[in-house]
Amino acid sequence: MRDQKGFSGKNVSEVTVESIRRGDITLDDVRIHPSTLAHQADVARENGNPQLAENFLRAAELTALPDASVLRYYDALRPGRSTSQDLTKIADELMAIGAAKNSELFRQAADIYARRGLTAK
Amino acid sequence: MTNKEPIGRFRFMNEQRVNLDGFATPAPELGLVAFNGLNDPKPSLTIRDNRIVEMDGRSETDFDSIDEFIARHGLDLSVAQEAMAIADIDFARRLVDPNHSRADIVRLSAGMTPAKLAAVLSLLNAAELVIAMTKMRARRTPSNQAHVTNRSDDPLLLAADAATAAAFGFRELETTVPVAADAPSNAVAVSIGAAVGSPGVLVQCSVEESAELALGMRGLVSYAETVSLYGTEQIFIDGDDTPWSKAFLTSAYASRGIKMRVTSGGGSEALMGGAEKCSMFYLEARCVALARAIGAQGVQNGGIDSAAVAGAVPGGVRSLMAENVMVMLRNLEACTGNDALMSESDVRRTSRTHPIFIGGSDFINSGFGSIQRYDNMFGPSQWNSEDIDDFLAMQRDWGVDGGLRTADEVEVERLRRRATEAVTAVYSWLGLGDFSPEWAEQAIDAAGSKDISSGDLMLPLTAARTIMETNVTMLDVIAALAENGFDLEAQRCLDMLKARVAGDYLQTSAIFDEEMNVLSLVTDPNEYSGPGTGYQPTPARQEQIDTIRQQRSVADLLVEQQSFESKNIVATGTAEISYDPRDVVIGVSPATGKDIWLTLSGLSVAEAIKEILAGLEEEGCVGRIVRINDSLDLGMIGLTAARLSGSGISVGLQAKGTALIHRRDLAPLANLELYSVAPTITRELYRMMGINAGRHAKGATPEPVRNPYSDEAIEARYHTKVVSLVAIERNCITADNPELMELG
Repeated sequence: MRDQKGFSGKNVSEVTVESIRRGDITLDDVRIHPSTLAHQADVARENGNPQLAENFLRAAELTALPDASVLRYYDALRPGRSTSQDLTKIADELMAIGAAKNSELFRQAADIYARRGLTAK
Repeated sequence: MTNKEPIGRFRFMNEQRVNLDGFATPAPELGLVAFNGLNDPKPSLTIRDNRIVEMDGRSETDFDSIDEFIARHGLDLSVAQEAMAIADIDFARRLVDPNHSRADIVRLSAGMTPAKLAAVLSLLNAAELVIAMTKMRARRTPSNQAHVTNRSDDPLLLAADAATAAAFGFRELETTVPVAADAPSNAVAVSIGAAVGSPGVLVQCSVEESAELALGMRGLVSYAETVSLYGTEQIFIDGDDTPWSKAFLTSAYASRGIKMRVTSGGGSEALMGGAEKCSMFYLEARCVALARAIGAQGVQNGGIDSAAVAGAVPGGVRSLMAENVMVMLRNLEACTGNDALMSESDVRRTSRTHPIFIGGSDFINSGFGSIQRYDNMFGPSQWNSEDIDDFLAMQRDWGVDGGLRTADEVEVERLRRRATEAVTAVYSWLGLGDFSPEWAEQAIDAAGSKDISSGDLMLPLTAARTIMETNVTMLDVIAALAENGFDLEAQRCLDMLKARVAGDYLQTSAIFDEEMNVLSLVTDPNEYSGPGTGYQPTPARQEQIDTIRQQRSVADLLVEQQSFESKNIVATGTAEISYDPRDVVIGVSPATGKDIWLTLSGLSVAEAIKEILAGLEEEGCVGRIVRINDSLDLGMIGLTAARLSGSGISVGLQAKGTALIHRRDLAPLANLELYSVAPTITRELYRMMGINAGRHAKGATPEPVRNPYSDEAIEARYHTKVVSLVAIERNCITADNPELMELG
């Protein structure tokens, strides 16, 4: 296995059954790091799947978000949950934290949801 | 139509299980048609300024949300013109032509619209689909997935069954719940059981999309699958998602380093009343294109929950397999259905699966029900625990790797015990619940939840609530395992967490082998290009495929025969020719009284001889037992015996039980009566044989004897034994003269 760091920056080699038992490890130590996702995106592209690569790059942006925010944003995209304005607002929020690809996804959704009647009534 | 009762032939046919299945007259206006729906578009694509402005007969202003997402994200515009210009039949032929590489087909498929790929794949017949699947699947090594669930969400049984499934070779385990709130408990129990069974087994818990993601975020499951896509916008919305929300969800999983595939499958839109007059296959083509567009690494399809809908129409089963091949063309992991039971008929369900089993896929079943049908909370699967031995035999018959292996009974019992001990320890340590020793013992032994009477039905719910309220994560489970001496399992669970940090198993078709190596499109690519290429099992794996627990060798049978050795048939001297007209010789084979003691019917050789003697006695004849040492051929045994016989009549008996009545003036292969099906010859029949031999000796009229008829597969049951018993007989052949024998 490559020398790898978790989301927290801790090297994964420091994560052992013993260190978990001591309570030294948090979930952030065993969460994927955005740079690792960027690397996996390169691998996916080299293996003929640019869409999978894009997904990994969107994912890399989402690593910075807490679990609750991720779940909230997902819910906002479900049909009938948000107005176009709500979606645009989230797109702005995402842009502000550097999540450009996810921001673009919300911007597209704001547009197509309005056209296809998928916005909140 | 009259109300007349059908004739017997049809009454009989109507009673067969296949006639419990529903068969539908195609109804294109309802989407109840496999291929060529009323509204299926002709393939087309117009690109202007590097933007799709028209696709499959629809201009961009009319795109629904599915079209829109595919058009904006799903197609490789750099090859689209080239790809769309290839004639359907030309591209279809490339799929089965070893001279066209998988890589090139994948490159071109990326530029094809849903209608284009649907048109191409509808041209392949069943045999061609097998070749295309062999060539096009992403991962070289095939694999399989199991369902592990039960009616009561019993954590001990879940863990024991998860360990068992891992022992049988399944590399992904999917659980779900009858009671939604139990999900966290199931995830923990199955993860522990999987870790007991083998390193590197992936675990998912299929529940509502947000809840499933939340379980993944806590590390309690290691992949997700039930992220559903549909082929029409209306049904998509009914499923409470849009292509955008699914794209986001896909990224959400990847952002936590969790493997994920989506689920679709022909027939779901028709079932939900929203097929928009399109064929099942075309709508599935939209789903698969969308799966690629949103960046999912793989697709579970092939009907899935609506497989029976596809199965009800002409060509429907072929369309299910074509769906799987389409996923492979899109360069995605194919988890190929064969899960929801689509027929009451064993013949039909085998027929539905078999071509995929032969071709090989990333996961042959996207849920082989490794548990009892009644315990399968997805509903009965196409393949269930009662079919595991069939599946293993099929692998052996065809030399095919379907992902399973024989598990040793003693080892499985050990694993089940360890799994229940591990769950008991972890649940107790984390304050989730306490299990009684009786419950644990029942879970170890249970074939299903009906065998467990000591369970506490409230425990899973309480445990699940506590997991959520006290925020238990996989780190806590690992600590609890380690604190209680389950170091191996703690390490295996940790290895699954670490795999998410590395992210290699996010790539297409990734599984772990038992050394925790990732096997995927990237690390284990399928490069099939004709005979002698592509996946070949290693010698060790071939050994697993070939060696099933039921197989027996000649040595095994010799040992079995020796266990019945009674030394009650002994040679007493040389047999002479008799001139007594009442004398009837019972000629026995060379292994009699040496190595074979039990006939195929289960009657001992001595008992069979006794009955023949008694029958002769009834007719006033005297039987003499003579071992013919120089031949195992029953005709020769009988004839030799008849030539020693004072009456000229003999009974010939092979130690395995086959018998005949012979006369000294007949040719060796002729005889008076033949009792050829040894396994069905009863004590009464041997006596009858003695009586008839006596009547032949006296010139009286024998009673006609019919070989008992059986509809059992007698040959399947006994022929392997016969080969071994004949070999044993052959080893006993000597040049010695016929010997007089006596029963002890």
